[in-house]
Amino acid sequence: MTQVPVAEGIFTFPSDDPQLIGSRCDACGIVTFPAQDSCPRCASTGMSEYLLARRGRLWAWTTQDFPPPAPPYSGPTGNDFVPFGVGYVELPGEVRVETRLTESDPDRLTLGMEMELTLVPFRTDDDGNEVVTFAFRPAD
Amino acid sequence: MGTDVAIVGVGLHPFGRFPGVTAIDMGAVAIRRALADANVEWRDIQFAFAGSYEVDNPDAVVALLGLTGIPFTDVYNGCATAASALTLAANTIRLGDHDLGIAVGMDKHLPGAFSADPRLYACPSWYGELGQFLTTKFFAMKINKYMHDHGISHETLARVVAKNLRNGALNPNAFRRKPMSEEAILESPMLNYPLTQYMFCSPDEGAAAVILCRAENAHKYTDKPIYLKATTVRTRRLGAFEVHSPWLPIEETVGPTVDASRAAYEMAGIGPEDVDVIQLQDTDAGAEVIHLAENGFCADGDQERLVAEGELEIGGALPVNTDGGLIANGEPIGASGLRQVHEVVLQLRGQAGERQVPGNPRVGYTQLYGAPGTAGVSIMSI
Repeated sequence: MTQVPVAEGIFTFPSDDPQLIGSRCDACGIVTFPAQDSCPRCASTGMSEYLLARRGRLWAWTTQDFPPPAPPYSGPTGNDFVPFGVGYVELPGEVRVETRLTESDPDRLTLGMEMELTLVPFRTDDDGNEVVTFAFRPAD
Repeated sequence: MGTDVAIVGVGLHPFGRFPGVTAIDMGAVAIRRALADANVEWRDIQFAFAGSYEVDNPDAVVALLGLTGIPFTDVYNGCATAASALTLAANTIRLGDHDLGIAVGMDKHLPGAFSADPRLYACPSWYGELGQFLTTKFFAMKINKYMHDHGISHETLARVVAKNLRNGALNPNAFRRKPMSEEAILESPMLNYPLTQYMFCSPDEGAAAVILCRAENAHKYTDKPIYLKATTVRTRRLGAFEVHSPWLPIEETVGPTVDASRAAYEMAGIGPEDVDVIQLQDTDAGAEVIHLAENGFCADGDQERLVAEGELEIGGALPVNTDGGLIANGEPIGASGLRQVHEVVLQLRGQAGERQVPGNPRVGYTQLYGAPGTAGVSIMSI
């Protein structure tokens, strides 16, 4: 099955060690994810692409135990829906990224735990491709 | 500072689900009740602001009331829509443009979590595709982190819901009027950890209206004017932990509720210690817990003791959501904040019946918060 990313330009693909693609303000240095054309802090329009760190710490989390309203949600629904974790992972000195988590068991999620970027299957598109997205998993 | 503003009439169409009744119909009912309360006619109203999410032109309500040609402005500002309508109406009087006007909110939502195109919120499409463009999971993350940081228990969340449903049972205008046990609330299906099904409010239907005038004219309309001491609206600053944020900066700051609250206290010359009755945005049980601290009524973490000791009950030291809040009333977005004002006005007049806060409350407080990071606060006094 061919793999395709859920969107262009949000993570490096294909790659053995994928990285999220953010941006950094040339003027004030703030980092954003995803990349944007203007700075939310100083309003500068000089933003450069910036690849984010692959590891960080869990800053906030919850679980998604029901299928989100579709649209805009385009993933599995009904009996195919599998609950997933959602959280913010703080990438040191860069940014806190909101992300799907590979773990959705509340007993296995702890604030501050070390997390690592990975890619996971999200859905199958109309052409039979496997759509993949970014997620963070507990780092051993 | 311009003219002082008084509230001289309030009206409500009950909140709930009303098949066959349009939002405009409900808005007209709320306005007629407010007019009767203020002892005025529609033709006496000099200007109006109307808030709605579902109705493009809520000013169309004039078709049911009378086409009097007044300036009638529609506003939408997320969950702070009603606070915005109230603020604009109050400012119109403060500026001296008019002497008597109305703020009305009306909505009629389908059941279930709100949904929208993320691009309309400056979020990327993939954020919605992945199922992350969802308010419920934001509220869950915020309270989950808050519980960890400040020692709040799951039982406290259930107690807040049980309290608001008990208060709703005393309110004939409420959507949910059946009390639930804390066990049943905790054991209902988990939606977003730690929040279960009955810990969330539901989008529903309803309308509310508030008539305002120059304070010096208030006694023409009522012998119990309620003075609107402050109304504020604020939006998130960079670093606040906010709904619909695909990312957050490392730098942190307080949320828009804190900013709106501080500004309102300053405007009113009143502090949280002076407030006798409180209506907070309880989109979920956790939001009420957090907002209690964000609005200055307690320190972070004190909620655990205050809730356990019943201090947020109608007879407690800090009566919160005396009409059942959003949890018992649901959330018709355009009307929700004016429903809070309606309740505070009844409480300060001593007209809240079975749910009347004892001891002749003198100062009331309302707070709204919602997407995409907007808050509104008002402070009223006798």
